Amino acid sequence: MIHVNNLTKRYGNFRAVDNISFNLRKGEILGFLGPNGAGKTTTMRIITGYLSATLGNVTVAGNDIFQRPLAVKRNIGYLPETPPLYRDMRVSDYLNFCGKIKGLSGYRDRKRRLGYVVERCGLEEVRNVHIHKLSKGYRQRVGLAQALIHNPPVLVLDEPTAGLDPHQIIGVRELIRQLAGDHSILLSTHILPEASLTCDRVLIIDRGRILAEDTTERLTGELTGHDMIRLTVSGAPDDIRKRIGVLEGVAKVDEHKAPGMGKDGIRQFDISYELGKDRRGELSRAVVGSGAELLELRAQSLSLEEIFIKITTRAPEEADSRIDQEGR
Amino acid sequence: MQNVFSIFWREYKSYFLSPIAYVVIGVFLFLVANRFVFKFNEFVQLTFEATGEAVNYQQTIPKFSINDTVIRYLFQQMRNISLFLLPMITMRLFAEERKTGTLELLLTSPLTITQLVLGKFLSAFVLFLTMVLPTALFQYFIFLYGNPDLGPVLTSYAGIVLYGAAVISIGTLISSLTENQIIAGALTFGAFLFLWIVGRVSDATLSAWGEVAKYISITSHFTNFSMGIIDSRDVVFYLSFCFIGLFLTHQSITSLRWR
Repeated sequence: MIHVNNLTKRYGNFRAVDNISFNLRKGEILGFLGPNGAGKTTTMRIITGYLSATLGNVTVAGNDIFQRPLAVKRNIGYLPETPPLYRDMRVSDYLNFCGKIKGLSGYRDRKRRLGYVVERCGLEEVRNVHIHKLSKGYRQRVGLAQALIHNPPVLVLDEPTAGLDPHQIIGVRELIRQLAGDHSILLSTHILPEASLTCDRVLIIDRGRILAEDTTERLTGELTGHDMIRLTVSGAPDDIRKRIGVLEGVAKVDEHKAPGMGKDGIRQFDISYELGKDRRGELSRAVVGSGAELLELRAQSLSLEEIFIKITTRAPEEADSRIDQEGR
Repeated sequence: MQNVFSIFWREYKSYFLSPIAYVVIGVFLFLVANRFVFKFNEFVQLTFEATGEAVNYQQTIPKFSINDTVIRYLFQQMRNISLFLLPMITMRLFAEERKTGTLELLLTSPLTITQLVLGKFLSAFVLFLTMVLPTALFQYFIFLYGNPDLGPVLTSYAGIVLYGAAVISIGTLISSLTENQIIAGALTFGAFLFLWIVGRVSDATLSAWGEVAKYISITSHFTNFSMGIIDSRDVVFYLSFCFIGLFLTHQSITSLRWR
């Protein structure tokens, strides 16, 4: 639904978006994952026609954004990072206005869509409330309703769950999952679990470049090349590290040192296993057998920060070749 | 056209959702009414005295034109007072949308920038008309008790409307240049004052610069209207002023995409 080709946006000498290409397929949710300032918002703003690009082109539902901007805008529902709300309007008036300017010219049409988005986004209770009285969670949902009102095939959502409480985050995530299928969705986030929970595919972007593109599970596995286990023990004998190291399948044992650690004889280890060989049972027996007390034993997945460090420290050419392969 | 109307109507209504419309219209009418009462009393007193004197000295009673005194003065005051109040109306047009991010909604909706600019301009313009309309009551009052010419009253209204359109187009332009309403307001106010004062300068000098100053002064083009003359030069001046203002606004909004 969205084809982005060699897109570059320069601000003076600073490249906010640096030669990126990707596709959004029909009915899928594509996550745009990156730290703040990575170029996520800029890319989205170019796709929605709010900003122009320095180089490259973008087509949405078969229309070029620079040649036929109005056709593109009719096909996109866009939720910016801060929902664009008129604070002095009531929710229903606001959505009605959005419907009007987004091309729902018939009164009946608009009323039908309004009823639909209000129900879909759970806004029945606040229909006639002024927007400035709404909580952050409701505002986000009104923003989402605004993006949906003209039933666009493509949705572009910029950090749809930012600033919400956990309960609201779950609600918004569920809503987005439900919307996929009818709509193709591009969403940005800087929270990894969010990407893995909601998205079918993830693009990792940093400093304006796409560093990786894949499903979240494969990204974590591929990057680390091994499983990680965190182990906390107390009263361990001095040679515990060696004892763990000789177990089958263990690639590396790192002692985790943090301030306050080592008091009361508590020690923490990060143990790397070869991929797909989970031997936590064996490990626990070995620890108990050594006379130590097993306090914690859990499988670790990489956090976004770690993934970033991993990816960004790899040679840039390698990242480029990856993109070329996936672009095919 | 429908898009223009949608933008216009939302903006116009929002003037009345906030206190802006009531305050601006209220202040305007209060000040104009105050000037009207003052001038009307003065006129009545003057004619009484002059008539009395003429009777005393057994001369012919002079004729007084309420058109040339009260009505023209009233329109000049309306012109000047609105100069001070219009920045309050125009400063928010684009600056507020830029600040709150709602401009992003408008610019990513299937609207052309022309439609957007026209809708915005119209909302401020129609609010200006809403503000001027009640002053017809003062005219009605004069017609009720006096016998003025209707012509100059009508041309003066035509002049006020054209003048308002030109001034508001500048305000719209300045509002599109900044995110900060206060800055937009101050700059607009400064621009209006300049265009007004420059007319005063023209009275004081006789050189070619005086002519130039007189030509660009937005207030001096109003003089003919208030005397009952519709000069095509004045009409063209106001209309082209308005057009240039809106054209530049269009360019300014377009250029936002390149930032």
